[in-house]
Amino acid sequence: MGSREEQKTQSTDFAGQAVATRDAYGTALAELGKRNEKVVVLDADLSGSTKTAKFAKAFPDRFFNMGISEQDMIGTAGGLSLTGTIPFASTFAIFETGRAWEQIRQTLCYSHLNVKLVATHSGITVGEDGASHQALEDVALMRVLPQMVVIVPSDGFETKQVIDTVAEYEGPVYVRLGRAKVPAVMPADYKFQIGKAYKFNIGRDVNIIANGIMVSAALQARELLSKEGIDAGVINMSTIKPLDTEILLEAAKSSKLIVTAEEHSIIGGLGGAVSEFLSENHPIPIKRIGTQDTFGGSGKPDELLKLYGLTAEDIVKTVTEFMRK
Amino acid sequence: MATVTQSRDIGFLKEQARIVRIEILKMLTQSGSGHTGGSLSAADIVTALYFYKLRHKPEDPKWRERDRFLLSKGHAAPLLYTALALTGYFDKSLLSTLRKTGSPLQGHPSSKMLQGVEVSTGSLGQGLSIANGMALGLRLDKSPSRVYCLLGDGEIQEGQVWEAAMTAGHYMLDNICAIVDLNSLQIDGRCEDVMKIDPVAEKWKAFNWHIFEIDGHNMEEIVNTLDEAEKIKGKPSVILAKTVKGKGVSIFEGKVEYHGLAPTKEELEIALKELGENGK
Repeated sequence: MGSREEQKTQSTDFAGQAVATRDAYGTALAELGKRNEKVVVLDADLSGSTKTAKFAKAFPDRFFNMGISEQDMIGTAGGLSLTGTIPFASTFAIFETGRAWEQIRQTLCYSHLNVKLVATHSGITVGEDGASHQALEDVALMRVLPQMVVIVPSDGFETKQVIDTVAEYEGPVYVRLGRAKVPAVMPADYKFQIGKAYKFNIGRDVNIIANGIMVSAALQARELLSKEGIDAGVINMSTIKPLDTEILLEAAKSSKLIVTAEEHSIIGGLGGAVSEFLSENHPIPIKRIGTQDTFGGSGKPDELLKLYGLTAEDIVKTVTEFMRK
Repeated sequence: MATVTQSRDIGFLKEQARIVRIEILKMLTQSGSGHTGGSLSAADIVTALYFYKLRHKPEDPKWRERDRFLLSKGHAAPLLYTALALTGYFDKSLLSTLRKTGSPLQGHPSSKMLQGVEVSTGSLGQGLSIANGMALGLRLDKSPSRVYCLLGDGEIQEGQVWEAAMTAGHYMLDNICAIVDLNSLQIDGRCEDVMKIDPVAEKWKAFNWHIFEIDGHNMEEIVNTLDEAEKIKGKPSVILAKTVKGKGVSIFEGKVEYHGLAPTKEELEIALKELGENGK
């Protein structure tokens, strides 16, 4: 056991580091376990992949491997929360939200239980495993549930803050993480708050509302667009529910076009949430970047991003086509 | 509200079970809908729990050291509500609001709306997992509290029940006691016709549970078994309680149609007469 100072220097906040959000989670969770004895962790036989294995190694008594049984994992996490612990339950996003959706609805949300669902392997950047393992619907599934908070962090630095923050929040939360390494995008002075989007800048022509890995693509798109004389803004909407409607209104009122960008179906996720709000409150043209009502497939993450139209170039193309009209 | 009167006296418990049945039938008749058969079949078991076995404080529903009771077969809500009201969690007059708009007595139990309900249930098959989680949490806490979970026999057709059964066996949760209300009927008919669940005991045994097989209407056997189950160490216990759906009222006994039907006023009169309610 090191002193407090030593532990602090060993820890990392991932500022400025390119890292997979699941790796940041594994480290953040193990550190959280040190600080907060109430934290317990459940996994469904994927702890090596979700990175909860790090917590399991450090705190074997507070780690419960539930085997390949996601529905039981959710119920057990709910029961654990009712004895005052703070359970984090992890597996791949499709199994967590899809296989156990009704358990999440009935047991966690309806009773407002203090369980944190932190799912990894979301989106097509899962890569080679293919469509069966690539959740493109999970945000839609979680967002529709009353009581649920839905968060999609953009990089390792934000992920670490999200994990620390949701541990302090009372109620069910869904955190969506990825498998592949992602570039650092958030500035060193960034402080995550639930329901608060981060404004890189507000553009006069277009504002790109992104989350997860697409924040990085949006920032690249902004540079490319500026070369074409288009003033683009970028907002990281890491909390999809509750939605930061104040920033959305500001973005919509300042520009001619809103673009949403997410590694998820264009149905029901960030694009859905933004469209629902703006169509009722400040109608403006909206273009949604995401997977087009389709399943994913096997391949290298970078190749898949190109194939499914989730690159900076795709954002640029969408914007310039709109501007030319 | 008065602290609950608890006793191991069999005569006392039988009398409480009779009163519980009367209140269930009255509230169901008043509401005009709800689940009669499965509330009556488990009435003796739940009476034994609330009036004898559970360590609980109705005046302090969140008392840390309480034993937990989970009604996994949430459609027997009238039974749970009656047990809660009669042991002092809330005023008995609330029972007449069952299933009415705005009432905390929802069609299936809601923990956010009613004190004493540990967790919301109603969607079958989910309670045992929650009970396991509580048992794990209590063990981490080194708490002596026990967790009781009541399931229906139709309910054990749900796959999640067996995931949970595997978990309790794996984690050797000896602070949990599951009770299966084996009334042999489910909404579409006899369990053996709809989806055979037999052999039930062998299944639980195979999942590393200690088995008790009892008559779920013999109060002495219920009480003795609840005591015995507490002594089993190193593995979870399950009480397989053979019961009669609609037990206590001849016109409801063994009748599948009363799974989800409330008694009419005329049927209530017959029922009250049989239960010796003296037309109160």
